[in-house]
Amino acid sequence: MKRQSRIKAKKGFSIGFCALVYTFLFMPILVIVVNSFNATTTKPYMSWKGFTFDWYQKLWENTSLLGAFGNTMIIAIISTILATIIGTLGAIGMYKYKFKGKKVIDALLYIPVVIPEIVLGIALLTIFAKVNIPRGMITLILAHVTFCIPFVIFNVRARLSGYDGSIEEASMDLGANRLVTFFEITLPVLAPGILGGALLAFTLSIDDVIISYFVYGQTKTYPLKVMESVKSGVSPDVNALSTLILIGTIIFVVITQCDWSSKKKAK
Amino acid sequence: MGKIVEIEGVNKLYGSNHVVKNLNLSIEEGEFLTLLGSSGCGKTTTLRMIAGFEEPSTGSIKVEGESIEEKEPFERNVNTVFQTYALFPHKTIFDNIAYGLKMKKVPKKEIKERVLAMMDMVQLNGFEKRYPSQLSGGQKQRVAIARALINRPRVLLLDEPLGALDLKLRKQMQLELKRLQKKLNITFIYVTHDQEEALTMSDRIAVMNSGVIEQLATPSEIYEKPKTRFVATFIGETNIYDGCITNITDGIATMTLENGAVKVACPEDFSLLEYATISVRPEKMKFETKPVDGFELVAQVKDYVYVGSVLKCIVSLPNGNELKIERLAGQELPPIGSRCYPYWNPEDAVLIHNESHYIFEQLNSIKLA
Amino acid sequence: MSRKKSKHEFRANTLPAMLTVGPVTLIMILLIAVPLLYVAVMSVCSLDEYYNVTFKFTLSNYTRLLNADYIKIYIQSIVIALVTTVLCILIGYPFAYFIARTKSKKKKILYMLVIIPFWTNSLIRIYGWRSFLGTSGWINSILQGLHIVNEPVDLLYKQGTTILGMVYCLIPFMILPLYTAIEKLDTSLLEASSDLGARPSSTFFEVILPLTSSGIFSGSLMVFIPCLGYFFVSDILGGGNSDVIGNLIERQFQSGNNWPLGAALSIILIIVTLILVKIYQKLGGDMDSLGV
Repeated sequence: MKRQSRIKAKKGFSIGFCALVYTFLFMPILVIVVNSFNATTTKPYMSWKGFTFDWYQKLWENTSLLGAFGNTMIIAIISTILATIIGTLGAIGMYKYKFKGKKVIDALLYIPVVIPEIVLGIALLTIFAKVNIPRGMITLILAHVTFCIPFVIFNVRARLSGYDGSIEEASMDLGANRLVTFFEITLPVLAPGILGGALLAFTLSIDDVIISYFVYGQTKTYPLKVMESVKSGVSPDVNALSTLILIGTIIFVVITQCDWSSKKKAK
Repeated sequence: MGKIVEIEGVNKLYGSNHVVKNLNLSIEEGEFLTLLGSSGCGKTTTLRMIAGFEEPSTGSIKVEGESIEEKEPFERNVNTVFQTYALFPHKTIFDNIAYGLKMKKVPKKEIKERVLAMMDMVQLNGFEKRYPSQLSGGQKQRVAIARALINRPRVLLLDEPLGALDLKLRKQMQLELKRLQKKLNITFIYVTHDQEEALTMSDRIAVMNSGVIEQLATPSEIYEKPKTRFVATFIGETNIYDGCITNITDGIATMTLENGAVKVACPEDFSLLEYATISVRPEKMKFETKPVDGFELVAQVKDYVYVGSVLKCIVSLPNGNELKIERLAGQELPPIGSRCYPYWNPEDAVLIHNESHYIFEQLNSIKLA
Repeated sequence: MSRKKSKHEFRANTLPAMLTVGPVTLIMILLIAVPLLYVAVMSVCSLDEYYNVTFKFTLSNYTRLLNADYIKIYIQSIVIALVTTVLCILIGYPFAYFIARTKSKKKKILYMLVIIPFWTNSLIRIYGWRSFLGTSGWINSILQGLHIVNEPVDLLYKQGTTILGMVYCLIPFMILPLYTAIEKLDTSLLEASSDLGARPSSTFFEVILPLTSSGIFSGSLMVFIPCLGYFFVSDILGGGNSDVIGNLIERQFQSGNNWPLGAALSIILIIVTLILVKIYQKLGGDMDSLGV
């Protein structure tokens, strides 16, 4: 049938197009993974000289790189937790209570989302310099918490928009006080939004270069370490670490996705 | 009047799910035909195949004698009124109604005239500049109908168009739709699960069940002479008895049921010792306090329920089956718990072939085709 | 009586409001509002002879921004951002459309596959492009291996490579809002359009595009603005030949060490951002759809 072949052609085109885009998205990752097994020892570590696991071993000896990765994880975990707590409380409070200046805070929340990161980076740099906070772990965490909070709030808020406030009244009617109601009712209902926000915050934190670049002092994070070595050629042990991180993420995604689908079946 | 839509041997499969099975249906020009059935019976799929949103897996569909499989929906001279209305939310009512004409590149002046005339016809004057979100359900419904009708389609397909309206509005729109259809003399193919709606509006009804048309007939025939057990139970209330034909004399059969013998008018295609089913509408059922000649049913009065002009009597047979019997209100009644003898005029009961017989017939027709 | 009432009011409203909104308010004021105001103040400060910031009012930082070299970079930066945005729409729209409207059960996986690359550090991925395109990179190896070229071709350090990197970094910010907008599109509207005689192209321009324009608007905003600031992309792939405004700012705060000038540049970026956000809102854009 002509019509059917037309439909098939359309489908073929869309599959082809998507495949091209996915290739584009994954091409540099492929380069990283392949280069992490590249036996070359001359800068800029690009031409293929055979297969080796050496870089994974060298990675263990590269304490400054591992230290930077450790810093990234510490900062990401602490700022995700802080941003999630502060953001969740803030979203709930702004949804439930009326107070002066609400609009101002609302407007301020959009700033880290829309403004170029570099502006926020230099703004934090100048203020930290002004009040003499030594740059390092503390300033990094403060900066990361700041730009993560809005994303947590927007996620929780999206969940709140479908939230039926009468279940809280029902809880209090049944004898639970405000605090118990909060932990028994409000929090579990909002959990998917909170988790989504936390995941986003974590992702943003581990990937951040620009803002960290202005406030890091002596505490180098993994992206900053990469940035430092970019000029002279990233050594393949960085590729090895990236490959390991990638594998870790994929395992994480697969586990959470499986969990998700089995839960759905239970329903 | 000729045949405007001819559906021949159409099957539709989604994977292994056989949604429409060997469908044969021809629709007369200017007819109001309803596809009636519960959800998942294949009625909407059939409609969507005529519109061109789905393709038949096998078989052919002709509109005005012309095969339309190769035509895209936008090339077909049929229009659809969607269940959810599917009004374009970003366009005004005027632009929504004008859409089809704009696509046909009708001159602007003519578009304006025709849209305003159409809006007049569906009583929406003055709503030109509004957006769909500013209208009530009933008004949206009118826009959806106007938007389809303005293209002067040969066939209008309506997919449960009144499903989202409340009862009162629905009744009103039923009459209006019927009036419009008569006035414009357009063929309507109407899909609904509401049997009352189907009975009120249609010239003919095709009752569908799991992908098969069980019966295609006029509303009164569907109601009074159901051909299958499904049709009998799906349309209106009825009492069903299964049994075996043990005697046929002068066109009256004696059926032996679990609870005793009864009498029923017997068409010629039933034979002695055939297992069959009787359907008797509650308003055709009667009962006496004394045994009735030819009927051996004995029952106990369970309850009386007043439903306005009539009284519904619930009586139960020894095997536990309950019967519904309607009586005019105000008649004298035996007390609850007392014994009674249900019967009916043999001409008022409908004899139906057993399902297995019916399936056999279907298989034969498939083989022949 | 009234004291009791106010006590109740305190427990029911004031206290929980303070506990919940307090921390976020504090952070937003101390780490967003105050620093940005301070940048504004600094942009009108002068430098003393030791290159220290002194609070002496001057507009010279702003007049210096009109320097011809700078203007060239603004124009270059805007061109890069515009081209990047247009490319992101042209690639992202059909792509988002195909994955959002697929009936396949793999839709969720297709969606995740867009996000997964962005869990690898963006710098290292940009560097991956450099390895791919560089003189001793993959493309050149293939071209030389096939004897298409004899000498390595320098594909790097051009405006085109910077744009490639920008598109690469920012395309998810286009795809995700488009995906959301397209997924919301009611299939019956497309069927209705086709039913009323619209060919696929008419359906696209009359129905699909207007109803998904919100996704294009928010995607464009989320691509265009960061593009002005992503200095590391042009650093790694552009090699100083395709600086954006971000590079100018970065230089003032690092090697150049002229903070007031950098602050003035930042204020310009803030103003540009505010104007674009206003336009976005005028077009009916929803601020909340930007964050998620």
